[in-house]
Amino acid sequence: MIKTITKENFAQEVENVNNPVLVELWAPWCVYCRRLSPALDRLADKLGDKLTIGKINIDEQPELAQKLDASTIPTLYVYQNGGHSEKLVAPGSQAQLETWLQENGAI
Amino acid sequence: MEKKYDVVIIGGGPAGYSAALYCTRAGLSTLVLEMLSAGGQMATTTQVENYPGFNEGIDGFDLAEKMLAGAERFGAVSEFAEVTALHLAENSKRIVTSDGEVLARAVILATGAVPKKLGLPGEDDLVGRGVAYCATCDGMYFKGKTVAVAGGGNSAAEDAKTLSHICKKVYLIHRRDTLRAEKAYLDPLENADNLEFIWNTQIDELLTDGKLTGLALTDRVTGTHRSLSCDGLFVAIGRDPNTALVKNQVELDAQGYIVADETTRTSVPGVFAAGDVRTKPLRQIVTAAADGAVASKYVQEFLQTH
Repeated sequence: MIKTITKENFAQEVENVNNPVLVELWAPWCVYCRRLSPALDRLADKLGDKLTIGKINIDEQPELAQKLDASTIPTLYVYQNGGHSEKLVAPGSQAQLETWLQENGAI
Repeated sequence: MEKKYDVVIIGGGPAGYSAALYCTRAGLSTLVLEMLSAGGQMATTTQVENYPGFNEGIDGFDLAEKMLAGAERFGAVSEFAEVTALHLAENSKRIVTSDGEVLARAVILATGAVPKKLGLPGEDDLVGRGVAYCATCDGMYFKGKTVAVAGGGNSAAEDAKTLSHICKKVYLIHRRDTLRAEKAYLDPLENADNLEFIWNTQIDELLTDGKLTGLALTDRVTGTHRSLSCDGLFVAIGRDPNTALVKNQVELDAQGYIVADETTRTSVPGVFAAGDVRTKPLRQIVTAAADGAVASKYVQEFLQTH
């Protein structure tokens, strides 16, 4: 399940939920983000309601981009129970992304 | 996912999906293994201006999705998994992936190439903190700032042009005293008044305080050292082929490209090389796509006799 995350819904959709949320910081001009997007779509199709993917457009959400230290994108975090993982920047393969999600208890 | 295909294509860029289109249309069962998403290097090019048939240019990512859809329309299968080992010498070739193993009667290697690194200490740590390899990808991070481009070929010239529209100041640092870039790439540089060439100069060191702050340079003619302050460095010094998986199995040239002539046949029977990963005079989307088509012909020929 893919959701659009903004500063208005960040607490409700990401910080205050118990299930893991994969947060992606991206921008429309970011070509690595586009290359990653089909991999995220496949994950969403495969996992359905088991994993929420929250996408943050850093052009529209500069406060969140700063708060989540998106100095380069795509930047990914797993949020769970109010805390979050180390960030993952621009994974080179779907396998690397899935391994990282497993290591962080998201899948 | 242990399955057997007539042909397994490793890499989902223009060579891979062109090969997949031609192989499936020839009636072969065809699998494309791609580790992230279709397109490879092409998918990071926002505007492709030199692929025939698109008179107003086309976005490289969109072109990749079209190539994938075009091959899948005729029955090609895509799996998005990472290949971790290849056993190419056997008659039935075995491909180990992050999702299991597949068998193939023939293999097309279409793994492409990636931008070459400078090889300086700290370079990997500074990626995303000042060091970048793609101006169209990361240039916007340096809006209004000072950047340097390392290199002297078409991609260095293209990067310098792109950055000159975004950044306050662009230095183009080259080891020689002229660029190798073609005239069409050079002309726009002469009109950019915020661009400065630094000739005959090598980069010795990346200066950092956690992110890039500048470069230590040596003039190769006079031997003088100096440092240059900059917020970003775009490295455009060529490419490295993705051949780590096959380096002890098929013949490579001195630069690591797979040795194969216009038939795309490699040194191993039943193994073919298409696209940027192959030894060839011109690496472009159109020549990669051409390789894919040619490879399908020699795959068919091989399968008729094996």
